[in-house]
Amino acid sequence: MSGLLEIRDASKSFGGVQAVTRVSLEAQKGEILSVIGPNGAGKTTVLNMISGFYHPDSGRISLEGRDVTELAPSRIAELGVARTFQNIALFRGMTVLDNLMLGRHVHMKTGVLSACAYWGLAQKEEVVHRRRVEDIIDFLRIQDLRRRPTGSLPYGLQKRVELGRALALDPKVLLLDEPMGGCNHEEKEDMARFILDVNEEWGVTVILIEHDMGVVMDISDRVAVLDMGQKIAEGTPDEVRANPRVIKAYLGETKAVPSTGGSRV
Amino acid sequence: MIHRECGVLKTTYEADMGLYPLPIAKWTVAALGVLFVVVIPLSLHEYYLSVANLVWIAVIGALGLNILVGYTGQVSIGHGAFMSVGAYTAANLANRLGSPWPVNLLAGGLMAALIGAIVGIPSLRIKGLYLAIATLAGQLIIEWTINHVTFISGGVQASIEVARPRLGPMVLSSQRDMYYFLLVFVVLGIAGTMNLMRTRVGRAFIAIRDHDIAAEIIGINIFRYKLLAFAISSFYAGVTGVLYTYFLGIANYEQFQIGVSIDYLAMIIIGGLGSVLGSIFGAIFVTLLPIVIRYAMEAFGGIFFAPQTVLNLIPNLRLMLFGALIIFFLIVEPEGLNRLWRNIRSYFRVWPFAY
Ligand SMILES: Nc1ncnc2c1ncn2[C@@H]1O[C@H](COP(=O)(O)OP(=O)(O)O)[C@@H](O)[C@H]1O
Ligand SMILES: [Mg+2]
Repeated sequence: MSGLLEIRDASKSFGGVQAVTRVSLEAQKGEILSVIGPNGAGKTTVLNMISGFYHPDSGRISLEGRDVTELAPSRIAELGVARTFQNIALFRGMTVLDNLMLGRHVHMKTGVLSACAYWGLAQKEEVVHRRRVEDIIDFLRIQDLRRRPTGSLPYGLQKRVELGRALALDPKVLLLDEPMGGCNHEEKEDMARFILDVNEEWGVTVILIEHDMGVVMDISDRVAVLDMGQKIAEGTPDEVRANPRVIKAYLGETKAVPSTGGSRV
Repeated sequence: MIHRECGVLKTTYEADMGLYPLPIAKWTVAALGVLFVVVIPLSLHEYYLSVANLVWIAVIGALGLNILVGYTGQVSIGHGAFMSVGAYTAANLANRLGSPWPVNLLAGGLMAALIGAIVGIPSLRIKGLYLAIATLAGQLIIEWTINHVTFISGGVQASIEVARPRLGPMVLSSQRDMYYFLLVFVVLGIAGTMNLMRTRVGRAFIAIRDHDIAAEIIGINIFRYKLLAFAISSFYAGVTGVLYTYFLGIANYEQFQIGVSIDYLAMIIIGGLGSVLGSIFGAIFVTLLPIVIRYAMEAFGGIFFAPQTVLNLIPNLRLMLFGALIIFFLIVEPEGLNRLWRNIRSYFRVWPFAY
């Protein structure tokens, strides 16, 4: 079998800092692949290379067998890769609805002329895509927030809306950078449920960066561990949990790999 | 505009996404229609109609600049120059080929769009003050070129006369004729901008202004859309320049110098960045202010100053007031007159239920 998304020996340094060193990852179609590791391990940098914000110094990235290493972020999005950010990148002045409609951008075609005229093609397109956006609003249970500017929402809901905007792209691959960071227990449970549903019902492949080990071990098909820019382990949650190198890497941070429990979803 | 939204429920997405989602707003629009189509043009004296015409021209230009600066967040001090590109394109076509005004208008807009997009190329790499300087350079280069290339400027004093526009056998010669002529383009300009901003392209512009990284991640090609914003904005500018040329009966580069670019920036800052209504308010305000100042000084200035001082004061007072107002609106009320208007409106919006 070959991966939907493949990263081969990717390296990236910033000035003197070697952020990522020869990392290879492969996300199979339909799986949830989690990437864990201490702060500064290079997780976000890996996502940034996939989304095209950084291009690796060496190594390749391919999507469905196609080389996407040097493509710009907007091209990567067009090819079906959606993304959320560690510190939320919503359009804060816009409503939830507009944020999600923007998520449909790559699927819409209206050009300047038909937009200015509006009636006819542009209106029809707006309605079609509004339907899809309403599905997502229902799925995420944010019906009462449609007209709210996203900047005014509590943090946990902003994370949810950002997930919604990513889903509006109808992605093949969904990259989530700490979607539960800063959320309370209940919000984490909701988010985990959404991720599982998106994965199981819509067949979206998910690459998840998350610090909450309980959630990671529960919902992931496979887990890869980064430490100091290198991949030190990869496997099923159980394999990774038992891996001595992982335990050692985490000893510096949290004493031991937390076991599953408590946060079952 | 003026409306209340108590007890309005929308049942289709078409209705929910309408420009005038509340039924009562349609009546407002109808009332404004009667005011601008019947009352004003039929009751005002020629001189006041010529002032109204200047306002209409400014409205179109301000809408265009607001698309670029207010909605897309790209600063430009080249708007006046883009107008001159439209003006001279139309004037040359009219005089060399004798082409009719619709052709000249379209060509002027398109040529300005092309030049505007070229001047906008640096926006890929630079923002804010640096982009302002780059567009300023564009303004000066265009001014210089028009002034010095006689093929474009027509030689004598860099100005080209154009004949009044005609509709079939009718020559639009009075201010009232021009009023209706310009009003058509104002309505088209307003509707075009509002529609643009509620669909894919306009949303992409606003997305780039608000968060360019997020805009890229959802698939917006930043470079293409920035150039598109420059092109559309400059198209409006070009059309403004053509209309102004037909209004004056002459294309003259002195009407499009850097001061004009600044005036238009003043309009959208005072009126409200990223707002159609703000563009209109700003255009009215900035066009009328010098006229009001002149009247006020002529009427009351003599009480405080010698007559010669009054004459000297008038142009300077205009600049000082502009400066003060721009600073006031930038610091105190970045959303401009439009915001003040909204505050008043929201008070009446749910009237009589005050909550
Ligand atoms: N744009 C950048 N410029 C300089 N250094 C960076 C940049 N992005 C990441 N780094 C560095 O790369 C390393 C990995 O960072 P990051 O990928 O954000 O880690 P993680 O997401 O695992 O916490 C860190 O040392 C960080 O300081
Ligand atoms: Mg990170």
